Amino acid sequence: MPHINVDETLPGIRSLMAFSPDTAEPMGKLANLLLRTNEGLSMAEREMIAAHVSYLNDCFYCQQSHGAIAVCYLNGNEALVEQVKKDYKQADISDKMKALLSIAGSVQKGGKHVTEVQIEEAKESGATDKDIHDTVLIAAMFCMFNRYVDGLAANTPTDLSTYPLRAKQIAEKGYGNYIFSTPQPASIINK
Amino acid sequence: MAFINLENDLPGIRGPMQYSPETGQALNELAEILLHDDNNTLSRGDREMIGAYVSSQNDCFYCQNVHGALAQHYFECDMQLIDDIKKDYQSASISPKLKALLSIAGSVQKSGKQVTTEQIEQAKNLGATDKEIHDTVLIAAAFCMFNRYVDGLNTWAPQDRQVYVERAPMRAKEGYANIDLNK
Repeated sequence: MPHINVDETLPGIRSLMAFSPDTAEPMGKLANLLLRTNEGLSMAEREMIAAHVSYLNDCFYCQQSHGAIAVCYLNGNEALVEQVKKDYKQADISDKMKALLSIAGSVQKGGKHVTEVQIEEAKESGATDKDIHDTVLIAAMFCMFNRYVDGLAANTPTDLSTYPLRAKQIAEKGYGNYIFSTPQPASIINK
Repeated sequence: MAFINLENDLPGIRGPMQYSPETGQALNELAEILLHDDNNTLSRGDREMIGAYVSSQNDCFYCQNVHGALAQHYFECDMQLIDDIKKDYQSASISPKLKALLSIAGSVQKSGKQVTTEQIEQAKNLGATDKEIHDTVLIAAAFCMFNRYVDGLNTWAPQDRQVYVERAPMRAKEGYANIDLNK
């Protein structure tokens, strides 16, 4: 049960954003700026960084949500996303992405865990300053989102079949206050 | 030196905010609502103190000094009290309610899952509202982001703590939403 009185029909962070729309606004803006662009890093790569950090923070809602969004962008390649979440070093992704995921993993522990060597490796494999900036800020942002969701014990759907529906919504329309102020996407086969 | 070329020599979070102004603006809008907006039953001092405490737990020199100095400004106390709260808030002369909220913030700093029902009950018994608990959790979570942004890019920070104390009144007056990063 959530620690505060929120609309329990809304899942995860959506219930918290409905409780506090004023703070939801800049958070939605930040998510769009960092996750909804293909400049440098693709949207799929950005969501994979988000899913990996959420996995490391053991946030079920966020890792399932952003994993499912990455799957949308990757035309259904669920196996790749699972691999990236749990053991990216063995995943079929670029050396640049591996170097950036390594930086994201350090940020998850604490900003000071990021080393010069990690940055050098990322640059040598083709990461630009902007790629590194975005990786650090995406990882940091999910250290916020994950704590927000679990720190208030927000409702987390355990039915995994509900995540792709919300993921499709985000993949098509992006982030924004509509995710909690309009009806939730429901399965057509819902009984 | 910062890990990337920020194309400016501003200290702390102002460096990457200037480098990436759009995300900087969103971050400052969030800070404005959480820390500076007066439409809140928690005082600005209490909210800045939560930010300073989480930043000290995250060992972020820049953030704990910026926000510690702001708390000091609002509390109209000396820096010793702020340092005492950061070191051991349970023994500091602050309200039991703020102690309960700092306890929640300290758990959030470790991980969202560390927050217990007992901590929430304790805060509610001492008069904390749902909104105050919400804001405490989100302020603590937001500083887990800000601190990582600042240190994850290895930004530089003035070492003289007096610099932060002198800048606090300006930030208190101007707030975060329309911040002039070069000032």
